[in-house]
Amino acid sequence: MKVLIIEDEAELRETLKGSLVKEDYIVETAGDFRSAMDKVSVYDYDCILLDIMLPGGSGLQVLDLLKQEGKSDNVIIISAKDSLDDKLRGLELGADDYLTKPFHIAELNARIKAVLRRKQRDGKNTLAMGNLLLDLNDRNLSIAGEPVALNRKEFDILNYFLLNKNRLVSKSALAEHVWGDNTDQADNLDFIYSQIKNLRKKFLTKQANVDFEAVYGIGYKLVEK
Amino acid sequence: MKLANQTLKYLSVSVLMVIALWSTIFYLFMLEVIHDNIDEELENQKRLIIQELASEAIVSPDLEFGINNYKVREIPEQQAIKMQNVYKDTMLYKQDDDDPEPELEPVRMLTTAFEHKGHYYELSIINSMIEESDLIKNLFYSVLILFFLLVVSIVLINKVVIERLWSPLYYFLDQLTKFRLGKSDDKPSMDTNIVEFKDLQLAVTTLIRHNEEIYEQQKQFIGNASHELQTPLAIMINKLEMMVETEGLQSEQANAIAEVLNTAERLVRLNKSLLLLTKIENRQFLNNEDLSLNTLVTNIVEELEDMATFKNITIQVQQQLELNLSLDSSLANIMVSNLIRNALFHNIEGGEVDITITENALLVANTGVEGPLDAEQVFSRFYKSDASSKGTGLGLAIVQAICHLYGFEVSYHYDQSKHIFKLNFPSA
Repeated sequence: MKVLIIEDEAELRETLKGSLVKEDYIVETAGDFRSAMDKVSVYDYDCILLDIMLPGGSGLQVLDLLKQEGKSDNVIIISAKDSLDDKLRGLELGADDYLTKPFHIAELNARIKAVLRRKQRDGKNTLAMGNLLLDLNDRNLSIAGEPVALNRKEFDILNYFLLNKNRLVSKSALAEHVWGDNTDQADNLDFIYSQIKNLRKKFLTKQANVDFEAVYGIGYKLVEK
Repeated sequence: MKLANQTLKYLSVSVLMVIALWSTIFYLFMLEVIHDNIDEELENQKRLIIQELASEAIVSPDLEFGINNYKVREIPEQQAIKMQNVYKDTMLYKQDDDDPEPELEPVRMLTTAFEHKGHYYELSIINSMIEESDLIKNLFYSVLILFFLLVVSIVLINKVVIERLWSPLYYFLDQLTKFRLGKSDDKPSMDTNIVEFKDLQLAVTTLIRHNEEIYEQQKQFIGNASHELQTPLAIMINKLEMMVETEGLQSEQANAIAEVLNTAERLVRLNKSLLLLTKIENRQFLNNEDLSLNTLVTNIVEELEDMATFKNITIQVQQQLELNLSLDSSLANIMVSNLIRNALFHNIEGGEVDITITENALLVANTGVEGPLDAEQVFSRFYKSDASSKGTGLGLAIVQAICHLYGFEVSYHYDQSKHIFKLNFPSA
């Protein structure tokens, strides 16, 4: 899988690159409008992360070019501006998603996976890890072939973890993703623990070979045992 | 005190003083004129009496003021020569028609001396005087009537003048009272030809424009600053998230990173809330749509159920009626969600949240700390009832900003050990 990061802020560009390399993607980067235009006009990418404000031009112009070539559907706009106009314009030009900075790496991973999965078009819409198989179409889970009942929240949580296999999912990222975007208060995230506990119980009874690993009070990692 | 009353106060006091001064002077003048008149009359009488007595053979002493209003007595020559005309005011017993018995009344008396055939006599002539107390009394009453008439006319003139001349000012004042910086579109104005009012209007308009510029700059500054913080915050958060994933971290280092990450996330939330506030105030959300508050509340309560269960809090929703509103759906969501989250967050273990939807209001009541909060402060930015709270202190400020945007009323009160937040939708 080839991913292009178009982002003028070098620190952020390198951090994102580091994270995506961990996901075994082939990552290329562009730091300004000119090099971004060069890259997208020559190469094909499975997913493009596009910042709108670039030195030398606008990310929307890059998107315009991609749209003309029918390649704009794998673009995720990453912008510091949570502007409705930009968002509408971007989505109108065919961008797949719009992510406002700052975002959690886990959220970016989930969004990239969503873009990539749509590209596969093999009809299969499942996420697997160890003996876990999560069917996203039917919204059900089977462990070692046996169906396991999940409620809506549990499904969403597990889905998020499976999009971030072996990666840190912070409690705040999970809260934003599963319980809505406008969490404003910090010390009420402990309730997530009880949800994880419920899932873990189900893993144990069905002898799943994956488990949650607590990460220094920040969040959890889903790992294979 | 109103301008009209103030004017009235000053005018009536000064009119009173002018009239008092004038009437004193007038009284003294009157008295002078009366005295002069009486003295002339006495002088005339003296001449007549002496003439008449001169024609008589002898002057028989007349020691009482009788019908003639004079008395005569003989005096030695030495005394008579020294004597001059003396006028004086004195009192005599007199009886008028309406007096049951003689009373002392003021009289003017002329005492003089004359010679008749070698004999010397003293002659005293009296003339009744005007009664000063009567004069004063009458004068006082007429002055009082004058004063009363003047005050009445001042009041009437004032009323007409204020209604006519000052009406633009009152109109202007009314607009100025209703004017809200950054919220009102129309600047206060008045239609007038009066130079002072025109100057006032110009001064106020300039002041408002200046303030609006500052307000605008401040708003932009907050907006820009928050925007500019987004990218550095993104770098921080993502780097820390990557760092914490590093293999072989010592748990001490990892915990330190975790703490920094938590703090950075607090910063992110704070920044997001500030951006949101700026956007609400800049009216950047106006995709109004009709939505059911009941559905909205139900959805949000469902979303927050896990949080409530964790804190052992019971959420009860009482829907008396179906309430539909027209507003931006994301703002509606933030408004209701912030209120309910606030009620959960500041609750106690095993507490309650009661949500009531009435015909035109949403009430969120929660158990929490004992005693009412400061109702004036509770919606202020960065107000925290509890200093250790990790909230941004902007949740309720955002609710209030949304309410201002749509003309809803939001209020807080404490009743029966519950903190009650009420959203009133006047138009619904």
